[in-house]
Amino acid sequence: MPADFNWAIGGEAGDGIDSTGKIFAQALSRAGRHVFTSKDFASRIRGGYTAYKVRTSVDQVQSVVDRLDVLIALTQRTIDENLDELHEGSVIIYDGDRTTMEDVEIPEGMIGLDVPLQALAEEAGGAIMRNVVALGAACAVSEFPIENLDSALEKRFGDKGAAIVENNKAAARKGREYVLENYDEAFGFELECTDENYVLLNGDEAIGMGAIAAGCRFYAGYPITPATDVMEYLTGRIEQYGGHVVQAEDELSAINMALGAARAGARSMTATSGPGIDLMAETFGLVATSETPLVICNVMRSGPSTGMPTKQEQGDLNAMLYGGHGEVPRFVLAPTTIAECFHKTVEAFNLAEKYQLPVYLTADLSLAVTEQTYPPEEFDMDAVEIERGKVVDEGTVGEWQDESGRFKPHALTEDGISPRAFPGTEGGVHMSTGLEHDELGRRTEDTDMRVRQVDKRTRKVETAREREPFEPREFGDPDADTLVLSWGSNEGALIEAKSFLDEEGIEARYLSVPYVFPRPDLTDAVDAAEETIVVECNATGQFADLIEHDTLTRVTRINKYDGVRFKADELAERIADVLATDEGAEEATA
Amino acid sequence: MSSNVRFTDFKSDAQPTWCPGCGDFGTMNGMMKALAETGNSPDETFVVAGIGCSGKIGTYMRSYALHGVHGRALPVGAGVKLANPDVEVMVAGGDGDGYSIGAGHFIHAVRRNIDMTYVVMDNRIYGLTKGQASPTSREDFETSTTPEGPQQPPVNPLALALAASGTFIAQSFSTDAQRHAEIVKQAVEHDGFGFVNVFSPCVTFNDVDTYDYFRDHIVDLADTDHDPTSYDDARSRILDPGKEYQGVLYRDEESVPYERSHGVDADMSDIPDGAPEDAMDLVREFY
Repeated sequence: MPADFNWAIGGEAGDGIDSTGKIFAQALSRAGRHVFTSKDFASRIRGGYTAYKVRTSVDQVQSVVDRLDVLIALTQRTIDENLDELHEGSVIIYDGDRTTMEDVEIPEGMIGLDVPLQALAEEAGGAIMRNVVALGAACAVSEFPIENLDSALEKRFGDKGAAIVENNKAAARKGREYVLENYDEAFGFELECTDENYVLLNGDEAIGMGAIAAGCRFYAGYPITPATDVMEYLTGRIEQYGGHVVQAEDELSAINMALGAARAGARSMTATSGPGIDLMAETFGLVATSETPLVICNVMRSGPSTGMPTKQEQGDLNAMLYGGHGEVPRFVLAPTTIAECFHKTVEAFNLAEKYQLPVYLTADLSLAVTEQTYPPEEFDMDAVEIERGKVVDEGTVGEWQDESGRFKPHALTEDGISPRAFPGTEGGVHMSTGLEHDELGRRTEDTDMRVRQVDKRTRKVETAREREPFEPREFGDPDADTLVLSWGSNEGALIEAKSFLDEEGIEARYLSVPYVFPRPDLTDAVDAAEETIVVECNATGQFADLIEHDTLTRVTRINKYDGVRFKADELAERIADVLATDEGAEEATA
Repeated sequence: MSSNVRFTDFKSDAQPTWCPGCGDFGTMNGMMKALAETGNSPDETFVVAGIGCSGKIGTYMRSYALHGVHGRALPVGAGVKLANPDVEVMVAGGDGDGYSIGAGHFIHAVRRNIDMTYVVMDNRIYGLTKGQASPTSREDFETSTTPEGPQQPPVNPLALALAASGTFIAQSFSTDAQRHAEIVKQAVEHDGFGFVNVFSPCVTFNDVDTYDYFRDHIVDLADTDHDPTSYDDARSRILDPGKEYQGVLYRDEESVPYERSHGVDADMSDIPDGAPEDAMDLVREFY
């Protein structure tokens, strides 16, 4: 494991926790350090415990660990909530003058730094800057050059004028100086800086950026945690490329608007979370039967029903695979990293148009709301290719008309893919319907045509399997007896868990699978392994069920459904436990 | 737009399965006439409908069309129009579709004011499910599911539209062919959301709101001193209970359609082969 540094600020919602954390994360990123952030927040606007955590290293970091080196605590609860992660030598910065922190108890072995945050902030120009004073104090503790904080403060407050920026810089310095003058001990942290320039973004933002890159021009959605960031990202940006965002009156309207735009020829998307997917289910069937290319982004949170709206879960896999009545082909793509949220969004639009079906693009809360640094080249816009599939124009529409000159939007083809004509195309007039239809789109109950249309739609999936490289990502030892499979945001934790396990001498082959349907054939991999472990954030093991179904082999499940993502060290321990139990069992039977 | 389009060009070769005598025949003919007379062609027209007898209209008309799910035709129409503002969008629905399951969309479509036309075939009954009360059925109208009548006042769609800041609110009678077509034509020509509630009698299940009833009770606003540009005139007519008006009740001449107020004018089907040229700027924003 590379030397890393773990920092957090916590307090009540409304204390400015989020923006303070973001400023520090950005300062680190601008200083050429890698950053991974995580948020702990409650489903309310004011009050309730909330924290913003930053893990940073000069090497790439892609998960959280059970460790906190420096904590800015605005409430006693902040300390209580993080007790497990604090350790001997952890530094807790607090303001003893604050009423909620007057009788604060610093756990044994830890260092409490009582810094008059509010008083110093007032000296610098306003109490509102007390968190920035705390950031300055954190710079002193971690020996992080305060100049790096300046550029983050400029980015954050630049719009509010030079005076505000200068006041904030002064506030940060007051915090730093206070610590240096009043505490002469060495804390043992040193945050090295580099010349690298990283970008810092979350999964929702990466999805929004991928959508614009892919030519998405129409977005309709209804605000819902944790998918709203996608809409917020697109708003104000997509217009620069001739696109438009509509905040619809509900999810039913959102998906229907997106459907209308898609039939008019726009690359179109909606994003929601579990409850919204339920509301969209009826139209989902229409999208599929009318063979309309549409990207439906589902940023999962804890369910069922309203569940835990601000907590992590990967519980909607079955809803996406099987949701909606009747049988209709759809694709389910599940990016496994924040960068992949960008790449898979581009791919989702291409797949939707090439195969003319709805594509679920699913992230989980942990991917969506946490931020990670990447070199900007990771998002190579020159590499983006747009494939629109079988779209006809006035010159080619004739090839797809019947003897009476009627266009055949559901022509029976070998690959199952029919032509598409956008309104305005002369000779392409046709009707789309959710009723079973013939090649012309006319309603039919003819038994032969019914079977041929069902087969045609299903055939697209086979075509996709032949034409697309639906590959998993692999790391670890390809010959190891243990196979560990995961999907979604667990990949980062798994990569780092591997480092822990390597140190213990535990070898495994790891496969991270971004394609849920169609998915890669993992039969050989599972057959070759003595033990297959499937890691996912749900209670029943929905992905594990699929693997068992595909390979006719029992797998071991590691599930987590307490609303919190896997931490790297925690995951390593659970994998090691599974293997130790196996060994124990072998010895017992030997 | 071609100028030599005839209304029969909007007819498909499918034979309608509406009951003989159904008001929907006249409603549809008026829509086709209005489209032809406003210079639209089938290639540049998109008709959206939901479920129910009204929903069949996309099959009988010749244009780009979508037959959607129940109550959701308006959002589909909005998506089509915003993605390609050059396309003429006409949405058709029934009283159940528009004022019951789709009531929320109706109100928001009215206030959104996208430049499209919404025609509601109002027969004051659920026809395709064989005769249950609809939101516009009379309070004492006995049906299989309301043996003593719904015992709730009917929805007043015109009042809903007015309350939602509608910019074009009209009503017509499907069998008064000339007048109906003329009213729909004005809705198409309106700069914004043109709403027409059409009395489109159900000859099979509704023996109260019949052709004879409407013939006897309709008041044509053309025969009165009604000023459709006057909000006060519109309000007093629309809130006058028990009156069956035909004509344009309200027209806001200052109406600015959504597309114009939101700067939506591009044909969104036209996109480059790769990411936009300046797309790396999007990445650099995250520095």
